[in-house]
Amino acid sequence: MNAPRASAQGAFSPLDVEAVRRDFPALHQQVNDRPLVYLDSGASSQKPDQVIEALNNYERHDHSNVHRGVHTLSQRATEAYEASRTKVQQFINAGSVKEVVFTRGTTEAINLVAQSYGRANLRSDDEVLITEMEHHANIVPWQLLCEQTGAKLKVVPFDDTGVLEMSRLKDQLTEKTRIVAVTHVSNALGTVNPVGQIIQLAHDAGAVVLVDGAQAIPHGPVDVTALECDFYTFSGHKVYGPTGIGVLYGREFLLEAMPPWQGGGDMIKTVSFDETTYNDLPYKFEAGTPHIAGAIGLGAAVDYVAALGPDRIAVHEHQLINYATERANAEKDMQIFGQAPDKAGILSFVLDGIHPHDIGTILDHEGVAIRTGHHCAMPVMTHYGVSATARASFGPYNTIDEIDVLFRAMEKVREMFRQ
Amino acid sequence: MTELRDLYQAVILDHNNNPRNYGKLTSANRHAEGVNPLCGDQVNVFFSLDDAWVKEVGFEGRGCAICMASASIMTETVKHLSIEQADQYVTAFCSLAGGEKSEVTEGLDLSTLKVLAGVKAYPARIKCATLAWHTAHSALSKGGARVTTET
Repeated sequence: MNAPRASAQGAFSPLDVEAVRRDFPALHQQVNDRPLVYLDSGASSQKPDQVIEALNNYERHDHSNVHRGVHTLSQRATEAYEASRTKVQQFINAGSVKEVVFTRGTTEAINLVAQSYGRANLRSDDEVLITEMEHHANIVPWQLLCEQTGAKLKVVPFDDTGVLEMSRLKDQLTEKTRIVAVTHVSNALGTVNPVGQIIQLAHDAGAVVLVDGAQAIPHGPVDVTALECDFYTFSGHKVYGPTGIGVLYGREFLLEAMPPWQGGGDMIKTVSFDETTYNDLPYKFEAGTPHIAGAIGLGAAVDYVAALGPDRIAVHEHQLINYATERANAEKDMQIFGQAPDKAGILSFVLDGIHPHDIGTILDHEGVAIRTGHHCAMPVMTHYGVSATARASFGPYNTIDEIDVLFRAMEKVREMFRQ
Repeated sequence: MTELRDLYQAVILDHNNNPRNYGKLTSANRHAEGVNPLCGDQVNVFFSLDDAWVKEVGFEGRGCAICMASASIMTETVKHLSIEQADQYVTAFCSLAGGEKSEVTEGLDLSTLKVLAGVKAYPARIKCATLAWHTAHSALSKGGARVTTET
């Protein structure tokens, strides 16, 4: 995630953005009689033709159940499903396909770790350390776990610029800490956390680390082996793939020792009423018929991102966020939340005296799609004493011109409210 | 912009900027809280009821212009009405905002409420407009159960 910083205006994007845009059919439409400007990839990204075709091809020709049939379609489905696992393994540089578990998304992946690893390993008075900038998906599963085990949840604060307070993290990391769960990139602030350093500190203290990579994976290179993280989670629909599919990466020896989370077909070797033996990794954690099409779509999506180049995407998005930040800083009535030096393509803001929902509705009228609300990160809103922010988030298909459209549309917001 | 102005009419912006009956009512004997968990909007409605009548009403909260203006207009509408009439206005308003025909509109003056009718063209915003009214209904009828737009 440490891409070189490019000066915003006049910088040449390392991506052929027009070619990228041609790959995404949903971008080419009018919304409220204006060209769509899609600045909500942080909530869910659009899909390229390559992903849509992979889904279409599978559904039209290859669909059957996986790991079950001896017939041709079942074999094709199984091969495509497992090929996607290999693509994901290579994309995040996992050591083995056994370490790649398909889930419904980031949320399910975190719940799996909390309920399987957490319940097996946490005792009363143990501690789980999270941060103040987590998405609810990386808070609530740990609260549930703490209720079930008597463990305590501790929270590392961030400062007003949106930077995690590492000195506080070091203080709060003790021999009682069993799990550290931290987001790689904050969805509400854009902050890129120093997860490599956090992982080293946590390991020195004897804790395992789960990294929520939902906002990081789409926007730059991630190497789980280099990071030495224990668990890494992400969602398909934020990385230009389908909804309903996500990934849990876990180190093999940890997954091996963990009890199954959900029981059912596919996760067993043998079942009798006296004894059931569980399947090998990763199938032990994939009970029931999986989202086969979703996994295949995700495989096509990581192929697409790999071909564009995660490094190049990161540079492009840095150019966009730097330009958007420069423009926002020039607006007297605009407050930005999250000004970390290392930041991904997320601009969270409010306009003085105008509620974010009203901004969202008026921008939509101008064809500009942004997210408004608490971004499933209510503690971040509480930190700044606001109930909601407006958030523009960028993808490889966004352009400097679109940011200009955003700021022109913001003028319309002011016209509407400040007569 | 003309269509948007149907939603953000001058009257609505005025109520948003200068909400009527704003603040906690110290004499209140009924209260309810309403929240929209999806967006964080929150409204507290207070009533001072005397037998079957609304003596005083107040609200406080935070939300978008539509939510705040609608709450302000609600308080002006139901003040000094009978509880039964006040509830009829709640029903009539929720139908109006949802673009439905209301069953009981006889004898009700809906002219003020119609400034909020533009919201029906914005399905995502209807809940903003109806939150304070649902909350008022709760305070009047059930004695203050917490209202949420998501069930």
